[in-house]
Amino acid sequence: MTDLNELYEAQILDHNKSPRNRRRLEDADRRADGYNPLCGDKITVFIDLEDDLVKEVTFEGSGCAISTASASMMTQSLKGKTLDEAKALFAKFHSLITGEPCEIQNGPELGKLEVFSGVCQYPARVKCATLAWHTVNAALEGDVDDIVSTE
Amino acid sequence: MTTSVKSSDPQTSGARLEIERVRRDFPILHQTVNGRPLVYLDNAATGQKPQCVIDTIQRYYETDNANIHRGVHELSVRATDAYERARAKVQRFIGAGRSEEIVFVRSATEAVNLVAQTFGRQRIEAGHNEIVISEMEHHSNIVPWDLLCKQTGAKLLVAPINDQGELLLDDYKNLLSPRTAMVAIGHVSNALGTINPVRDIIEAAHQHDIPVLLDGAQAAPHLKIDVRELDCDFYAISSHKLFGPTGVGVLYGKYDFLNQMPPYQGGGEMIKSVHFDKITYNDVPFKFEAGTPNIAGAIGLGAAVDYVNDLGLDNIAAYEHELLGYATEALSSIPQLRLIGTAREKAAVLSFVFGDIHPHDMGTILNQEGIAVRTGHHCAQPVMDHFDIPATTRASLAFYNTKEEIDALVAGLHKVTEVFA
Repeated sequence: MTDLNELYEAQILDHNKSPRNRRRLEDADRRADGYNPLCGDKITVFIDLEDDLVKEVTFEGSGCAISTASASMMTQSLKGKTLDEAKALFAKFHSLITGEPCEIQNGPELGKLEVFSGVCQYPARVKCATLAWHTVNAALEGDVDDIVSTE
Repeated sequence: MTTSVKSSDPQTSGARLEIERVRRDFPILHQTVNGRPLVYLDNAATGQKPQCVIDTIQRYYETDNANIHRGVHELSVRATDAYERARAKVQRFIGAGRSEEIVFVRSATEAVNLVAQTFGRQRIEAGHNEIVISEMEHHSNIVPWDLLCKQTGAKLLVAPINDQGELLLDDYKNLLSPRTAMVAIGHVSNALGTINPVRDIIEAAHQHDIPVLLDGAQAAPHLKIDVRELDCDFYAISSHKLFGPTGVGVLYGKYDFLNQMPPYQGGGEMIKSVHFDKITYNDVPFKFEAGTPNIAGAIGLGAAVDYVNDLGLDNIAAYEHELLGYATEALSSIPQLRLIGTAREKAAVLSFVFGDIHPHDMGTILNQEGIAVRTGHHCAQPVMDHFDIPATTRASLAFYNTKEEIDALVAGLHKVTEVFA
């Protein structure tokens, strides 16, 4: 069970049970839909911007524990970041999840997002952990007409 | 593992499935995954291959490989014979009247697409403008018809199901009319396990002279099929779900229908002669087998059919029915577990949701215990919509599964509860 505990870390289970910022943001500046056809996970992210600062970020949707916890913790990490910082964080998170080296050395620290480090041992679950991030990325790039798909 | 079952069929009475011996025929089953013995419960996705199928394909490539229907040399003759023998085996397996009614295609999906784009299109061009399918179809029996409808302006009508996952037969019958071009319905549902009342479905359609295609991808590995007794007009089969290789499917079609249908794809093999002023198509079934087919695959499917025949589909059905009963009881006793698909007539498929734990999480934890199940929407999203769920966990059984493996699944689900306690 050691391996499973690395994946289903206590904080992840907690965020799955009580997701933070899971609500709709009316009149959000940016929004995007994400979908993982493999498991049916659906997510919508809402972002309010103030100049190039992420003032508020929330999400709605249903998914597995990994994708729900990832969305929840992502909203906490992104709030108050600049757009550049948000992108750097996504790159670092992506490297953590896929187990590949990250080119970005500076910028914000992953901090408590490190609890997702166990995911890289479960290739089938990488898309669950990154769905919310890909969706936010699309929203920030204004790519809102397309539904983001991790397949 | 000494489970065995006696057939209730008087014709094969005394025949038994010796599960221990049967399991020895499947090399892949004898391995560990994450340190646990593999428990393979994803048979609706694909069946495992017995040694005889693996050997047949290897032997073909080692001794007989050649292109078919064109060479006069020894290898080509052997390859052609083996390929055509496979066709005859499939013909007998499903009770077709003549071997020309068996078309080798790439998959059951391609069989449905072929009928939609040739026969379906002809029916629509003849003035019918509605296609009837059911709510429980696999995407492969929805999308080809939706494509045809979009191309022609025809309408797709969907016969509803009830909360047990059974087709509402009266509602289905009410959809049939002189406008109906075609009925296309699954024999057995991959997501729910429901065995549809195909005799009634066909009879009702034929009263209006409406041709019927049955998607038999999930039926062929579990039920005895007799296309003449059913009087179905088209029947689609997948090789790899029938313990044969991937990349091969079978389309059965009534000879007269196949004969009047235009070709689906053009190329070699499907023509008699090609001149720029005139092209003459080959006879059925070759008219529908453009290009070099999956020769080894078809021959491998022939070996799989032999294997299933040796075990006996009556024995297989009886044993799987017993397993299904055992598994249904075991899963029903787990608190918060809800079976999705509880039809009275059911194949050995157990789809379920478990409290608010997402199937994908269940799949990962069960995999850690060496158990292979499918999690997701099973390419049947309208079924998920009906039950208002995003996904299910599905254990789908085959004749080589055992009660001990069901016990392992139940133990695995207790592990799931521990993690999410």
